[in-house]
Amino acid sequence: MEENEMRRVDLVVIGGSAGSFTVLLEILPKIRTDIDFAIVVVLHRKNNFTTSIADVFDQKCALPVLECEDKDRIEKGKIYFAPADYHLLIEKDSCFSLDYSEKVNFSRPAIDITFKNAADVYQSKLVGILLSGANADGAEGLAYIKQKSGTTIVQDPESAEIATMPNEALKLCKPDFIANVGEIADLINQF
Amino acid sequence: MRIYTLVDDDDLETLLNDVANKYGYDFTEYSKASMKRRVNRLCTLDKFASFAELRYRVLNNDSYFARFVEEVTVNVTEMFRDQHFYKTLRDEIIPQLGVHSHIKIWLAGCSTGEEAYSLSILLHEANLAHKAIIYATDINPRVLETARNGIYPIHLIRGYSQNYINSGGITDFSDYYTANYDYARFVDKLREHMIFATHNLVSDSSFNEFQLILCRNVLIYFDKNLQDKVFNLFDASLENLGYLALGSKETIKFSHLERRYQQIGKEKIWRKMK
Repeated sequence: MEENEMRRVDLVVIGGSAGSFTVLLEILPKIRTDIDFAIVVVLHRKNNFTTSIADVFDQKCALPVLECEDKDRIEKGKIYFAPADYHLLIEKDSCFSLDYSEKVNFSRPAIDITFKNAADVYQSKLVGILLSGANADGAEGLAYIKQKSGTTIVQDPESAEIATMPNEALKLCKPDFIANVGEIADLINQF
Repeated sequence: MRIYTLVDDDDLETLLNDVANKYGYDFTEYSKASMKRRVNRLCTLDKFASFAELRYRVLNNDSYFARFVEEVTVNVTEMFRDQHFYKTLRDEIIPQLGVHSHIKIWLAGCSTGEEAYSLSILLHEANLAHKAIIYATDINPRVLETARNGIYPIHLIRGYSQNYINSGGITDFSDYYTANYDYARFVDKLREHMIFATHNLVSDSSFNEFQLILCRNVLIYFDKNLQDKVFNLFDASLENLGYLALGSKETIKFSHLERRYQQIGKEKIWRKMK
């Protein structure tokens, strides 16, 4: 896809698991501060962190980084993290709903849940990015984003600390971009 | 590969209106995103081939409707979830309740009862159980059966025990249950001060006045409008200086309760000031 074909984007949703934390530390501080969309991150992690992961990123990013609370309104120019141990959903009126139902793909938050739900809401105005990880969560969701005409990006398995998650996604769909860490930041900044 | 979602937004609206008309269970102000996912999940679980098939079954088979309610509402819960919350409850809130001659607590949306047993343990350890009643309610009669029995899979108990210790538990957690092969049954003394009843937060009204209302990770499944209605219901059911406790990502902020309620530290506990 050439730059002049780039569609208007309302939301970028990023899914990551094992090996994604350091990738996000590289990508998120590089995002330009005048983006016209919001970024939502669904990252698998242990839920016994004492400090919130959003606080860690907030100190390193120019954009405000927040942990979602139930029914928070999504505002462009902000980065949101799904809270530990909740699934993250988005309503049609652009606010978050949290969900404490069963784990999916052994995960809560599950990337598939947020990807599929966001694809229903944002359709072609959604960008889905799947990073390093050791399981298959996110693969089906990414394929669904593509099916709904959203833009899809998979971290190059060669550059991923754990390639399982990118590889599972590549089995299910042909993404618009397969990109290494530096390229992913550039792509986000072009939307 | 094509990924199908059987039930779209229009289908969901049709179904929820049907259900409200036929059964009087109104899910139309539940979170749409959550409902859509739960209904599609049910279609996968029960192998429906079309929305029409699901709709027919829900509307023409009462026992299937019971399953529908059980599956579209979320009944996942655990004991002593959120150690900071339970520590605050133990150290700050429960002792305050001790000044009353009768302690009345409403646990709204108690699901399978894990929080009711957690609360009962706190009351026992504060020597207040003898004058306390926990009203534990849920929309779903089936989960209340589980709650009444207080029997949970043994593999969950280790985690609950850890939660109990992390939140300031002072005795041996195993004193509170008897283990039997795959299950642990919580002891009768914990159940003595509990009343289990069905109550629908959407349609049922206030039924008593309480000094503490807990409703944790229930409101997340409602839309904002319905959340506001439920806040009114809680406000009407809470004594002055009573406490309202919500889930760790829920808030009364932006509701009209905010200016009359004072938050307790950083916890999702508010005190009614007038």
